[in-house]
Amino acid sequence: MNPFDWLSYDTTTFMCFVLLGVLLSGYAILDGFDLGVGILHPFLAKDDHQRRVVMNSIGPLWDGNEVWLVTFGGALFAAFPVAYATVFSSFYEAFHLLLTCLIGRAVSLEFRSKVQSVGWRRFWDFGFFLSSFVGAALLGIAGGNVMSGMSIGEMYRYEGNLLEQLTWYPLMVGALTVSLFALHGSIYLYLKTEGELQQRVRRSVMPLFIVFAALYVAVTIATWIHVPHATQNLTDYPVLWVVPLLNVLAVLNIPRAMHLGKPGYAFFTSSMVILALASLFSVAIFPNFVISTIGPELSVTLENARSSYTTQKIILLISLIGMPCVLSYTTVVYWIFRGKVKLDSNSY
Amino acid sequence: MDVELLSRLQFAGTIMFHYLFPPLSIGLGLQLFLCELAYVRTKNPAWEAAARFWTRIFAVNFAMGVATGIVMEFEFGTNWAAYSRFVGDVFGSALAAEGVFAFFLESGFLAILVFGWDRVGPKMHLFSTLMVFLGSVFSAVWIVVANSWQQTPAGYKIVWQEVQGESVPRAEITEFWEMVFNPSSIDRLTHTIIGALVLGAFFVASVSSYYLLQKRHQEVARRCLNIALPSALLFTLLAGATGHSSAQRLVETQPAKLAAMEAHFDSSEEPTGLYLFGWPDGEKETVHFGVRLPYLLSFLVYNDPMKPVPGMDQIPEEDRPPVWLPFQMFHLMVGLGTLMIGVSAFGCWSWFRNQYEERRWLMWLVVLMPLAAMTANQAGWITAEVGRQPWIVYPSVQDGVEMMGLRTKDGLSESVTAQQVLSSIILFAVIYSLLFAIWVFVLNKKIQHGPETPEELTAHKEKQRPRLSEAISAGGTSLGGSMLEDAS
Repeated sequence: MNPFDWLSYDTTTFMCFVLLGVLLSGYAILDGFDLGVGILHPFLAKDDHQRRVVMNSIGPLWDGNEVWLVTFGGALFAAFPVAYATVFSSFYEAFHLLLTCLIGRAVSLEFRSKVQSVGWRRFWDFGFFLSSFVGAALLGIAGGNVMSGMSIGEMYRYEGNLLEQLTWYPLMVGALTVSLFALHGSIYLYLKTEGELQQRVRRSVMPLFIVFAALYVAVTIATWIHVPHATQNLTDYPVLWVVPLLNVLAVLNIPRAMHLGKPGYAFFTSSMVILALASLFSVAIFPNFVISTIGPELSVTLENARSSYTTQKIILLISLIGMPCVLSYTTVVYWIFRGKVKLDSNSY
Repeated sequence: MDVELLSRLQFAGTIMFHYLFPPLSIGLGLQLFLCELAYVRTKNPAWEAAARFWTRIFAVNFAMGVATGIVMEFEFGTNWAAYSRFVGDVFGSALAAEGVFAFFLESGFLAILVFGWDRVGPKMHLFSTLMVFLGSVFSAVWIVVANSWQQTPAGYKIVWQEVQGESVPRAEITEFWEMVFNPSSIDRLTHTIIGALVLGAFFVASVSSYYLLQKRHQEVARRCLNIALPSALLFTLLAGATGHSSAQRLVETQPAKLAAMEAHFDSSEEPTGLYLFGWPDGEKETVHFGVRLPYLLSFLVYNDPMKPVPGMDQIPEEDRPPVWLPFQMFHLMVGLGTLMIGVSAFGCWSWFRNQYEERRWLMWLVVLMPLAAMTANQAGWITAEVGRQPWIVYPSVQDGVEMMGLRTKDGLSESVTAQQVLSSIILFAVIYSLLFAIWVFVLNKKIQHGPETPEELTAHKEKQRPRLSEAISAGGTSLGGSMLEDAS
């Protein structure tokens, strides 16, 4: 009665893990450019018109993009309840701050242009920037902590605190995330703008790329040294080297595509960089969700975090039915709002 | 204060604030769809002006719903980790279904609904409006199903798992559709959605009546009232019917909640009366200043005025919910519901006899009705959620086997301290107060601005038309300029 009945429990678990990877990558690629646009907003837009163009470049899309995160959360809750419970309660302060950022971004976009007052608009412009910047950093910091392991004690009780989550390695991953999203956002903005604004965006791409590339190299080295278990799967399954290799090629392809005057191709490439990094993250943590730095037997793993066989098959079935619909209307919406930003009476 | 109380306060505060917005999205979504349908059928510009106007209101409200809704999904994990581990298998799948089937649908088509007026044809736009409305309904379906499962669990078993040498229980799905259609799902779902539709109908009736009182936008206002007043009457009556059915089910599934709602402390062989109002005293197990109509509760619950209803004394002491709050909130909801039936019935009667606009007091009453609808929605949920205490997941009997429940105090995050919860409450309090003020301000601004007149609309389209063809021929060059100033 469920088309996944022929799969074993371990296989459905692995497929749910892959599904989460897909949702997380989808979120990072799509909301990544939204957050990047927010980070660049005060630096690239020089007058009210340009600020509105920048904001409206993501106007119809950011909400749908954020749903990928919501669905990721729901799928994690359903497929690996223990991981959801442990990770979310461990990042108590960080996630409340992240929520504040997501709220801040939503209302900054919604309210900014509703009132004709310089002070009002300045306030929301700053809110838009700050919430995008801090939000991107927090996502990276959370990822960095999950990579390097956390103080998970007995019965999945977190023994650490916020300060412990703000060590150099997670902060570096946070900086990498900010730079990656900013780069991704700048290429997106280049596609959506024109004229003087577009020229300014164009000039920002290379500096952003250099910052990102430097951080990319630094984080790679740091991971190699600081997080030995992250490379374990690469050692065990050499075929996985294809992921970092493609990653490096994709990174290098961004300036090439921009130089060739193919911004669409560059945007596709930066999306692939995000996909590759998200895949590397998944490869690095597998088969754990969070390694306990207190004792390996306390780690949250795929096996001890998973929900029942029945539920995992239900989740896969929901995805099988739902995801093609999601992709089809996402495509329709992106198609309708293709091309350069045009402000009209419905815009923010 | 302890973590339990603080976490409950935080959840109550954030969910109640969130719940200001989704019911209006659902209810206004339907009204918007009906206005637009009328436009597509009649091509009357007044209908288009109405639809465009309600879209702007809808957009502001929807953004608030999204912004405050994501908090809820995170809070299960941050504040209720033990609960999340216990129910994840069941609750999580409903939440995942909500994300995949509802949120994507809503948010995708919302883009076309809000930003697509001048980009797609009227029929495609109408279709998008319908999809957004359906998306918001699906969202309600899945989350109310998940909530109902916690009230009346079904289609599951309790499995004891070995975790680091300890045996830990959790709920696991056995039958998905039994879980979805648990004993209270349909009653609670229909009542919740109709509560939202009542709010939407009264909201449109309220703003339209306000315009009539101000003698502004009268054509649009009259057209909207044509839809809003009859639908308000229909939905308030349906709310009464579904609420009645919901309450009748309670005596079997959650007798403790019913006893709390009616402050029915002592069982007896006599038929049970119904309190119209009163001041229940949980400690002394009595009701002060109460006015009780004999036989009525027995009749309402069993359709039999002689059959006694079990009281709170049948419930073990440690399983009893608080009484005062469910009692008052339930009575508040029923009272407001009755008021709304009366107002919408008299409103309709006056409307179709062309006397509505002569009765200014009635119009002012209708202007205030969204507050009543909003309060009734909130009061209903407070009744439902406080009345199920001390359980976060009710115990149940499945095929003759008793299944354990989960107490609210056992659902907390073990690693989270009172200090952390308190700080996040303060954070939310600050942000939400600010948001609320801005929401009211922007909403008021939009309402004061009102819909475009048919002439403004025609002028807007005239401006749009050459621009569009120009844009197409020029391959999408800039359109900047005067339209920028139309943003408000």
